Amino acid sequence: MNKILLGLLLGAVLGAIDGASAWFTPAVRAQLAGIIIGSTIKGVIAGMAIGFFARKVHSLLLGIVFGLAVGFVLAFIVAQMQHGYYLEIILPGSIVGMIVGYATQRYGAPAAVQATTR
Amino acid sequence: MGVVYAAEDQMLERRVALKVLDVPTLNGDLALRLKREARVLARLEHPGIVPVHDVGTLADGRVFYAMKFVEGQRLDKHIESVPSLPDRLRLFLRICDAVAFAHACGVLHRDLKPANVMVGAFGEVLVMDWGLAKILRDSAPSEAPADPDAAIVQTPNALLSGSEAAQATAITGHGTVLGTPGYMSPEQARGDIAQLDQRSDIFSLGALLCFLAAGSTPQDASRLAWRKDKALDAICAKATANNPSERYSTVSALASDVSSYLDGLPVTAHRETILETVTRFYRRYTVPILLIAAYLVMRILLLLFSHR
Repeated sequence: MNKILLGLLLGAVLGAIDGASAWFTPAVRAQLAGIIIGSTIKGVIAGMAIGFFARKVHSLLLGIVFGLAVGFVLAFIVAQMQHGYYLEIILPGSIVGMIVGYATQRYGAPAAVQATTR
Repeated sequence: MGVVYAAEDQMLERRVALKVLDVPTLNGDLALRLKREARVLARLEHPGIVPVHDVGTLADGRVFYAMKFVEGQRLDKHIESVPSLPDRLRLFLRICDAVAFAHACGVLHRDLKPANVMVGAFGEVLVMDWGLAKILRDSAPSEAPADPDAAIVQTPNALLSGSEAAQATAITGHGTVLGTPGYMSPEQARGDIAQLDQRSDIFSLGALLCFLAAGSTPQDASRLAWRKDKALDAICAKATANNPSERYSTVSALASDVSSYLDGLPVTAHRETILETVTRFYRRYTVPILLIAAYLVMRILLLLFSHR
């Protein structure tokens, strides 16, 4: 499995789980389905970006930092759209980004080297 | 048996190391041994074994062979600048590669020690001094005896003191000069030549491993502070077991265990407790465990605060 696909799948799964954790907040339980879908899409976008970064840059630390940054930015945008719950959305989103950043650096096949012909 | 000089190959304009027989030859046995050493090296074409370029006789009748001039440091000096244990173990794995190749070619080194390993300027690792090598399977016909032991047994020790390696060797009870104390296997120390097989080199590699891990041979127990690390200790103990049947059967098996240790995987030499398994698992996956724990802790805290 290549790093982009790994980032995409992991981002989707963790995003969905992260979204599902909204069930513990009774005030938003009614919108749970929408939260899960939105969180999954956010995870997919973040995972793809982080996977693409991991294909280009081989550094565990930079991968985690990039994951944190992408997770933070996307979660911040979502929180802005929700007009609230900043802490509840940004904190888990950022940590999920870091986890995906770690995983794509450690695992997943690097980009195949293409043979050049003249 | 010989002296190694730095020389200039004027035809190819390169530096070479020249090993020259520098002692009087009473009956030509030593000359045959040096030629045989060159032949052993010639059959071992491997990046971790110093390549031989030429063999011949000087104008004054002394036998020589020319080999690659290695610019670097002996392993015992080199590791003073390598404090990291994983880096040292990676060096060890490269030594294992070379020795495993020699064993596959039917050759035992029989004098593996830090002084006989060179680390080049670009990090290349070369196993040197195959003067005591024993050929287990000799496929090619040779004018020299396949095993030099007969020659060694009859050679007065004084004649063997020409090189540093020869000075470091020891004499066993019945006059056989083989190996270096601390690094040679018990069967080798007894002069039990018929019993020698690749497990004798594995003992030497085990002693080398202890040296790389702790800076001392296993016999020097007082300095073994690293013995807290049970897995590495068990690998060393298994490799240097007094009974050859209790050692690793192949160099590859030893290297595999060291490699597993480096990767944070279980090693065959040590049966770990549940606590050790958990500790090893944590060391191997520290970052993801901490990240997931941070996520869960954060989630719990958010839950607690949101319900207030």
